[in-house]
Amino acid sequence: MFYREAGDFKVSYEEDSQTFPIKFDRYRYYFVLAFAFLVIPFTINDYWANAILLPFLIYSIAAIGLNILVGYAGQVSLGTGGFMAVGAYACYKLMTAFPEVSMFVHVLLAGGVTALVCVLFGLPSLRIKGFYLAVATLAAQFFLVWLFNRVPWFYNYSASGQINAPERDVLGIVITGPNAPAWATYLFCLIFLTICALVARNLTRGTVGRSWMAIRDMDIAAEIIGVNPLKAKLTAFAVSGFFIGVSGALFFAIYLGAVEVGEAFGITKSFLVLFMVIIGGLGSIFGSFAGAAFLVLLPVVLKVVGVDVLGWPTDIVAHFQLVIVGALIVLFLIVEPHGLAQLWRVAKEKLRLWPFPH
Amino acid sequence: MKLKLTTLALGAVMAAGPVMADLVFPSLSYRTGPYAAGGIPFADGYADYFTLVNERDGGIGGVKAKLIECETGYNTEKGVECYESTKGQGALVYQPLSTGITYQLIPKTAADGIPLHTMGYGRTSAANGKVFGNVFNYPANYWDGASGIINYLLDENGGDLKGKKIALVYHNSAYGKEPIRTLEELSAKHGFELTALPVDHPGQEQKSQWLQIRRERPDFVMMWGWGVMNQVAIQEAANIRFPMENFIGVWWSGAEHDVMSAGAKADGYKAVTFHNVGRDFPVFDDMQKYVVDAGKAAGAGDQIGNVLYNRGMYAAMLAVEAAKTAQEMHGTADITPAMMRDGMEALEMPEARMASLGMPYFGPSFNVSCENHGGPGLVGVTQWDADSKTWSLIADFQKTDGDVIKPLIEADSASYASENNIEPRCK
Repeated sequence: MFYREAGDFKVSYEEDSQTFPIKFDRYRYYFVLAFAFLVIPFTINDYWANAILLPFLIYSIAAIGLNILVGYAGQVSLGTGGFMAVGAYACYKLMTAFPEVSMFVHVLLAGGVTALVCVLFGLPSLRIKGFYLAVATLAAQFFLVWLFNRVPWFYNYSASGQINAPERDVLGIVITGPNAPAWATYLFCLIFLTICALVARNLTRGTVGRSWMAIRDMDIAAEIIGVNPLKAKLTAFAVSGFFIGVSGALFFAIYLGAVEVGEAFGITKSFLVLFMVIIGGLGSIFGSFAGAAFLVLLPVVLKVVGVDVLGWPTDIVAHFQLVIVGALIVLFLIVEPHGLAQLWRVAKEKLRLWPFPH
Repeated sequence: MKLKLTTLALGAVMAAGPVMADLVFPSLSYRTGPYAAGGIPFADGYADYFTLVNERDGGIGGVKAKLIECETGYNTEKGVECYESTKGQGALVYQPLSTGITYQLIPKTAADGIPLHTMGYGRTSAANGKVFGNVFNYPANYWDGASGIINYLLDENGGDLKGKKIALVYHNSAYGKEPIRTLEELSAKHGFELTALPVDHPGQEQKSQWLQIRRERPDFVMMWGWGVMNQVAIQEAANIRFPMENFIGVWWSGAEHDVMSAGAKADGYKAVTFHNVGRDFPVFDDMQKYVVDAGKAAGAGDQIGNVLYNRGMYAAMLAVEAAKTAQEMHGTADITPAMMRDGMEALEMPEARMASLGMPYFGPSFNVSCENHGGPGLVGVTQWDADSKTWSLIADFQKTDGDVIKPLIEADSASYASENNIEPRCK
């Protein structure tokens, strides 16, 4: 009944190869976009922005970035936290050095810097693979955190070693700092997420994406048919690094406002984003969104249900959160090893045939 | 069912009546994670004192105090979530008990007009009320702590630390880095040699730091630790047979749970403090009668009288007294966060007032003013006795080195003011 191609005629190759070829799906997509851009900014408050929507949007960008590297190009990375820190510190240095430049430019440049750093740490991927590469990126994680803690230049010699986002604007609208309105920070992140998702989608279905997937599926075969592994792997690291850098910059400047590198960008952050990608679905843009939503929303929902509705003690709820989230992760991976994205695909198939499955 | 209906009806009547809103005090606590050992007693003490005030005095100026607890796990992201979810409920003052979360909240609370009390933690230069209008860190701050330790060591060594080697073992975070600047100044002034040894979060791995201490044999070791790091450090110090009486921690590294695990070897370990220890105060009789015996104690109820429980209780007491001051100033029992801020700024805590609350000599007597949000910075020293398992105050609350601290506070707050375009207040 839903998601049916019947009556939906395509007359050109462009129409045939669009992201959402089924009409129902396409309208749903337009609806979500319109809702996100035209409805939420008018109804949003501080709580929704800072506790739920900003972390969801920012983690989605990070998850898309990591998904390109792990899900599309097959290069396992545990350095996400460190690369996000590069984005955050690059953004901080740029913000303080060039206060008059728009935040848009700063965030993009921070992404660019992270892309360069990411490529640098991606060089070993040409020689080492699989688990060994994971260890090499783990080294990047620890090295980068150590570096930002150790070299005072990165935090402008502040006594505490923290970086604080000063007030900056985009086209006269304050976007960082405590006086930034909720709708502005939300829209700023949403625009970045939309652009990132569109770019990622179009990269992954083009030549570059196909070469990544060829490397992922069997690198020797890919090399034989003419895919350059140097180019494919390093572009994957660069693109992934760019997205993760953007998310790190937003995470620091828009969402938290003050960051301490060891706490905010530690190894737990790397694992969190990796879990998002795995739970959401490797090699799927939708999966990145689903995974981010799952891991950002679930703790908040459990907290609201446990503390506010049931009135349980906060420590018991916090412990239960760990148990429930952990159990759900295991359950999901057993029921559907390909993640939430695969569940969604299956659900769509079922809906297509419903109510006459035969 | 009938009972349920009656309570529902009763509830409806009570809700419909002209009840005054509660005075809301959020408690951003952490009862989970690597810092829970310190977070639990503080949160219990904070909660129990408000329960006591409600049960014994019928609230603050006749209005009940309402505590909203929110679990942060010492994590800044959860701290932000907690802040956003509680600030709309009329929160009067935030006490996050985390330097990281404090740094997040300083600009946010300033924008929302809610006072922030970071007692003995947070940003030290917030003591300058001219720049930080709504942040308070009375009665003492980290730099007082650092200077207090050095002053104590000076006393012990006949006023001369020249040529002595002092090591600082610190949590590698904003919290642990905070005293370094002051200690560097003090080392230049008094001629001792300072070695700073960072320990990374959460602090279970300290072998290399203590190996270095063993090699360099400093005369004294200071510690700026929190959570599991404290226990590990004291155990490591015992392992290398470092004399405990030369090992001295800041007030966040001097509670029962920090020294217990090292057993008898921890005997003689010292820590500075800005409030008194033990449960030898009349207020604990009331606490027993109105809170514990009534079954209303927070948490497991097993922390009463611990160092950090006392600190939580002290924090709550200062908040309640500030609220009372605000009620008197503005002539209304139903105060807003802005009024609370005025009350905190006008807070006077003489000895007589503490005695009347059943807490004689519980902390130093002090006054807060518009310029000085940090209090007098009086610091005492406590020592652990492993046999009787008690902390006791071995040096009285004494003045710290204002000549060193004041210019540093001025400089740091001035740089914050220029970064954020803040006009100095208190003309």
